[in-house]
Amino acid sequence: MKKILAVDDSPTMRQMIVYTLKRAEFEVYEAEDGVEALELAKELDVDLVLTDINMPKMDGIELIRSLRGLAAYNGKPILTLTTEGSTESKMKGRDAGATGWIVKPFDPETLVNTINKVLDR
Amino acid sequence: MSMDMSEFLEVFFEECEEGLDVMETGLLNLGTGEVDVEEINTIFRAAHSIKGGSATFDMLEIAGFTHVMETLLDQMRSHERVVTTAAVDLLLESVDCLREMIDATRDEEDIDEKRVNNLKQRLEVMLANKDADASEAPETDNPADNVASNPAKEPGGEGWVIDFYPHPDILKNGNEPYRLFEELRQLGKLNVVCNLNKIPDYKNFNPEENYLGWRMELVTTVNEDRVREVFAWIDGECEIDIKRLDTKSNESGSVAPLSGDGEAMSATAVETTTETTDTVSEAASSSGSEAEGANEQNPPAAESAPKPAAVTPSKTSAPAKTSKAKKKPSGESGSIRVSIEKIDSLINLVGELIITQSMLSQFTDEFDMSQIESLRDGLGQLTRNSRELQETAMQIRMLPISSSFNRFPRLVRDMSSKLGKKVELIISGEGTELDKTVLEKIADPLVHLVRNSLDHGLEMPDKRRESGKPETGTIELRAFHEGGNIVIEVVDDGAGINKQRVYQKAVESGVIAPDEKLTDEEINNLIFEPGFSTAEVVSDISGRGVGMDVVRRNINELGGQIYIISEEGKGSTISIRLPLTLAIIDGQLVKVGTETYVIPMLSIDESLQINPRQIKRYKGKIDLYKLRDEYIPVLRLHKIFGLQTDVTRFEDGLLVVVEAERKRVGLFVDELLGQQQVVIKSLEKNFRKVDALSGATILGDGTVALIMDVASLIRQHLLSQGKINNSSLEAA
Repeated sequence: MKKILAVDDSPTMRQMIVYTLKRAEFEVYEAEDGVEALELAKELDVDLVLTDINMPKMDGIELIRSLRGLAAYNGKPILTLTTEGSTESKMKGRDAGATGWIVKPFDPETLVNTINKVLDR
Repeated sequence: MSMDMSEFLEVFFEECEEGLDVMETGLLNLGTGEVDVEEINTIFRAAHSIKGGSATFDMLEIAGFTHVMETLLDQMRSHERVVTTAAVDLLLESVDCLREMIDATRDEEDIDEKRVNNLKQRLEVMLANKDADASEAPETDNPADNVASNPAKEPGGEGWVIDFYPHPDILKNGNEPYRLFEELRQLGKLNVVCNLNKIPDYKNFNPEENYLGWRMELVTTVNEDRVREVFAWIDGECEIDIKRLDTKSNESGSVAPLSGDGEAMSATAVETTTETTDTVSEAASSSGSEAEGANEQNPPAAESAPKPAAVTPSKTSAPAKTSKAKKKPSGESGSIRVSIEKIDSLINLVGELIITQSMLSQFTDEFDMSQIESLRDGLGQLTRNSRELQETAMQIRMLPISSSFNRFPRLVRDMSSKLGKKVELIISGEGTELDKTVLEKIADPLVHLVRNSLDHGLEMPDKRRESGKPETGTIELRAFHEGGNIVIEVVDDGAGINKQRVYQKAVESGVIAPDEKLTDEEINNLIFEPGFSTAEVVSDISGRGVGMDVVRRNINELGGQIYIISEEGKGSTISIRLPLTLAIIDGQLVKVGTETYVIPMLSIDESLQINPRQIKRYKGKIDLYKLRDEYIPVLRLHKIFGLQTDVTRFEDGLLVVVEAERKRVGLFVDELLGQQQVVIKSLEKNFRKVDALSGATILGDGTVALIMDVASLIRQHLLSQGKINNSSLEAA
């Protein structure tokens, strides 16, 4: 089972992501900010990171940069979760090294499809 | 795959509540002028999360409203707007409104649209009236380069024609062409035409592949590099050709008439955001499952326009109002959020319990007396385990009192400005944890108390100055543990209680007898008496006593006590003492006949042996016991509960003096057994409501003991004996 780390400071969002991804047979871990996510990522060696941008302590951009700095995550897919239309954060995410983005509110199927596609790469 | 959203609603509402509190606290902490960016960031994030969540749940009014707030906050965050008191006030009001909207949604009631629209309008007016130096577009999500984000001003002469032909497997990499269109649209006016030439027959059609190509006209002032940047992500996965736009000849026309298999097409308008206001024409098409995904993401967008011409998406202002998912009515305490640590320690303890159990289980098979030592150890361990387990399990229901205290900064701010008083609110011990039920029930009484302190306790600034106090009064809210109880105090440095007038009023309203001698403390605590309307007692407005009896009743219902210490001219301290939990109480076990009863320790004053000479019979039916200089009625429990007992003479039994609602009675019991913590089992749930009993518990030997409800016991029996209260008894 592929491991996914979902990072979002909103418990609602986290719960929905976890629910959706678990049903799609992923092993899902969650973190509520970048700091926690980074620790978990180091510990777990997940296959994909899905992160919100705007978070306390460490935001998504910094998280992506930090992850890209780690050998283990250099080539792994990292997706950002952004509010629709927020081009700026999408671009920032891409510049930091994100593989792609998912728009919130997300549609479960799109989320799973996108993740599957990115993982099959 | 469908998702039952209702499952997440409860979490979302909880998150909203937290978010609203965060916003409120943040706004209250926000100074004006120079502000702490991190503080605004925190507020912004809370708003952002609520916006995101509400959009997810199709709560469009909430999402829309939050968006406007968010925009204003974003301007403050990026220093485009100076933080003014007016703005903070407006945002605070908006937080209130948002709270109402969320509550209404939760309770499946209608949102007060008038109020919402009014506030939204005022927010928008504020957004429109920016100061001169902050003239950038108010959109939160526009890219930094503002030249590009103001495409509407361009006359339409310049621009680019982009031929975009993604490779067939582009979709497999998670790249959605329509996202690119969305991005391009941020740069200027975009017109998209789809080329369907490569779509194969149905037989050869692979839904995973892309067969589409697009020609786009982008009217913009940005340079070619900026346009290329948009495609940077899919560099190498598409053919792209960018040419200068020649406005004279309409090039898009040449692409438009291409025909294709209409069935396989679905032109999807990629515009659901409420954020953009430009009216760009575009049609993004994608094939197969992709289109489906896109459609679901933007639910009711114009779908299936088989003509490959440019579709003008009506600004499909977001998902249609689908009938709301059936929600569970919001119970007071539907769910509780527990920290991982608490759960972990619980699991940890269960682990230890299992170890102890397995250790004990080895004794069952072949036991000989040599093992008695280790058996005792094991039992000791079991005792410790279960006690710890009990404590930890109780912890799960415990929440920090901050969730209740947090509303006070706002309340005090609003009220003090309304009253024209200067107040500093000091909160301490907000981390003190309290049972969730107790916490919920204490909230209203606390508001009442703080309100009273503010309104009637604290004096006006000039009056304070006259009496040599600092103009700014203080109200202190604190919570702390004390001997297995939680104590909450509301302290003010105001005028204190005017004892003279309280006494007078009490006499006038018949709460006490005219010649009754009371200590200062007793006089002060008269304010908790029912029927003690103190319209002109303490202040000229409504008096400190308003509803205080209700406050006391609420607190008594929680098994708690309340009293006030007040010094005239210096201030008052109201103390509330509450049990840590409602589920377990400290009880005194007493024996009446063959039965064991539990009397809550909190209501016991003392227990004593009866000197029969101190007993007097009043009106031939009530026994009064002279306790020091006071007569208290004696209730024979065996008579009340209809039990047979050998102990009927006063000298053979004991008197337990209990107090509730400032009334004292002696309970005549056979004997006192031990004191212990008992777990309350509801009678209502397991049997039915019984007067004078608050529940039952199971004792160590398996027998059931009933727990007395002292307050209702006193109330009932004094009522049944004719109207007798302490004062008339004392007079007798």
